[in-house]
Amino acid sequence: MADVVLNAEGLGKRYLLRHRIAGYETLREKFGENLRRLASAKRATPDPRAATLEEFWALRDVSFQIRQGEVVGLIGRNGAGKSTLLKIISRITEPTEGRLRICGRAASLLEVGTGFHPELTGRENIFLNGAILGMPKREIRAKFDAIVAFAEVAQFLDTPVKRYSSGMYVRLAFSIAAHLEPDILIVDEVLAVGDAPFQKKCLERMAEVAKMGRTILFVSHNLGLMRSMCRRGILLENGRMVCDDLAEATVAQYLAGFEAPATTSLLERAQRHGTGRVRLSRLDIRDSNHTITRRVEAGQAVQFDFHVTGRLPALTCSFTIYDSIGQAVTCFDSAMQSILNPADEADTPLFVCELGELFLTPGRYRINAALYCQDELLDHVESAAMLDVDQGMSGVRPVVATPGYGSVFMPHRWMGPC
Amino acid sequence: MIRAAAIAHPGPGTPQQERIIEAGRHDSQYLPELWHYRELFYFLAWRDILVRYKQTAAGIAWVLIKAMVTLLVLTVVFGRVAQLPSDGVPYPLLVFTAMLPWQFFAGALTDCSNSLVGNGDLIAKIYFPRLIVPGSAMIVSLIDFAIACGLLALLLAWYGFAPDWRILTLPLFAVLAVALTFGAGLWFSALTAEYRDFRFVAGFIVQLGLYISPVGFSSSVVPEQWRALYSLNPLVGVIDGFRWAILRGTTDFYWPGLAMSFVLALLLLASGLWYFRRAERRFADVI
Repeated sequence: MADVVLNAEGLGKRYLLRHRIAGYETLREKFGENLRRLASAKRATPDPRAATLEEFWALRDVSFQIRQGEVVGLIGRNGAGKSTLLKIISRITEPTEGRLRICGRAASLLEVGTGFHPELTGRENIFLNGAILGMPKREIRAKFDAIVAFAEVAQFLDTPVKRYSSGMYVRLAFSIAAHLEPDILIVDEVLAVGDAPFQKKCLERMAEVAKMGRTILFVSHNLGLMRSMCRRGILLENGRMVCDDLAEATVAQYLAGFEAPATTSLLERAQRHGTGRVRLSRLDIRDSNHTITRRVEAGQAVQFDFHVTGRLPALTCSFTIYDSIGQAVTCFDSAMQSILNPADEADTPLFVCELGELFLTPGRYRINAALYCQDELLDHVESAAMLDVDQGMSGVRPVVATPGYGSVFMPHRWMGPC
Repeated sequence: MIRAAAIAHPGPGTPQQERIIEAGRHDSQYLPELWHYRELFYFLAWRDILVRYKQTAAGIAWVLIKAMVTLLVLTVVFGRVAQLPSDGVPYPLLVFTAMLPWQFFAGALTDCSNSLVGNGDLIAKIYFPRLIVPGSAMIVSLIDFAIACGLLALLLAWYGFAPDWRILTLPLFAVLAVALTFGAGLWFSALTAEYRDFRFVAGFIVQLGLYISPVGFSSSVVPEQWRALYSLNPLVGVIDGFRWAILRGTTDFYWPGLAMSFVLALLLLASGLWYFRRAERRFADVI
């Protein structure tokens, strides 16, 4: 097929995880390891320490075809393999197995300001960054004015970017990237920058690029954006492709994946990270009558009980509530004000978070919870619980669902025209 | 299976290039690709130069001060205190002609070995032939070298010392120095990227090298029977060559040493390129 611009066949990427002391490999360790290997070869007994090399497939068996002009969203949790896939497509890293055929130039919108040098002026950085992104000099010259106008930094062109405000910095960086016109544009979570008007401008620019018949591969955790920007969605889970469908359907399946485990005990969850010194064992949600439930009424009191497996000084608990399209609504952190209740059983401490009134509009919500001890992440559980909010009353005002118009309700009062 | 024929920037209208990405694939395309990315090479070098000399006066002054102080110290220590022979030229000239290639080597080796780690964010985020990174680090050292050459001219004028026809061979020795340094730089950059503690080795070599290379003294102080062994340090041939070319051949020149430098430089460059290419595909994963 002529118009297939990206054809992946059985792509896989394997990393060897070495459990090492430092964050990077050192020659000292390598020497030590080889010495040990020599020694153990002599004794002909396998060295137990050799087993610290662990295989990890960041990506496995991924096949898909993308046609010219398609805008495809790539969805998945952290660590699902999205970044690895993008890195293979942009040739930063080689696949371990499989094959990828690319037609035309692929370029990625970088994380803001990659390759920017703070000492250089805006003008110098435009040329430098353009070259880094693969634009020939004459192309940069031709687009120079457009880039400057888009970024709105005309009067600061000859100022070193270290003196830029963060807004200006971001605008300039994005503007350069936005004027890149590759055949395949890779957008990796970079749109979450800048103020609202600028974000709008970025999205318009992306739509423009898409209209020019260019192919866009888009990664974001903003599922709302994903649904509005992309026609097609690919869902990755643990390095494998589990869904390749319309964006709408893929997002739905992605979110369904979060709900599934929400009913099982927290200690059995595999979908967690952290050091594990103390873990979350149970999350109970109690309604205004103190009965454990998963369904509460808007405007009523709610209590969240987080059971943990042990005590530590300075142990804190935090949780975030997400709405049905995956947007974070609000978060709570006991570090702000800790109440470690004396527990019923001596060994299972309990974090209790009481909400006098639940200001969420009706709908389905998801809760991620985490335990910290100072800066150490002890445990983080995704979808610790699902919470269904039903219609209710706040004071004399009914709280109803407002799909597409936010999910937070605020107590308020209206006064009519006099 | 169609391989990428050329790596041009296809505009929307031009016929599109196809590329196959596979494990161990992009070997045959390396040279055309280097050519294609030459602009990035210019820009990275230009960035490094710009940053180094951003406050132009201070930047150049710094190079000058460093050179003058080193010159002074070496002259006093080796020429005055140790009373080493000067082969019939003013001792500062003897020292400075050796400092030219030495400081180039030391500076470039240090910059090269830190270059990949220093540009880690670029390497982790975009593709380009990684050879560009140590290459552009070399360029900066070459600029420093050019400035030092200007300083040498001043010094020669001060001592009323006019070089003869031999100065015309200087570019050859400079090329030898570049080849040698780049070869070593490739090894060091790749090894430092993979094993971070390797940068200490580079620092150690630079420190030690100043004393085991004939920078502060003439290599004629080395007893004749040890000359061959001494020439195993490839910098010996380069430094002797610089002195021979600039100082009218008044200094003692051990020709086998030059041949040795030449062979070692080629060996280092070839093996450096080989190792760098081998390690290159892992850079994005380890940085």
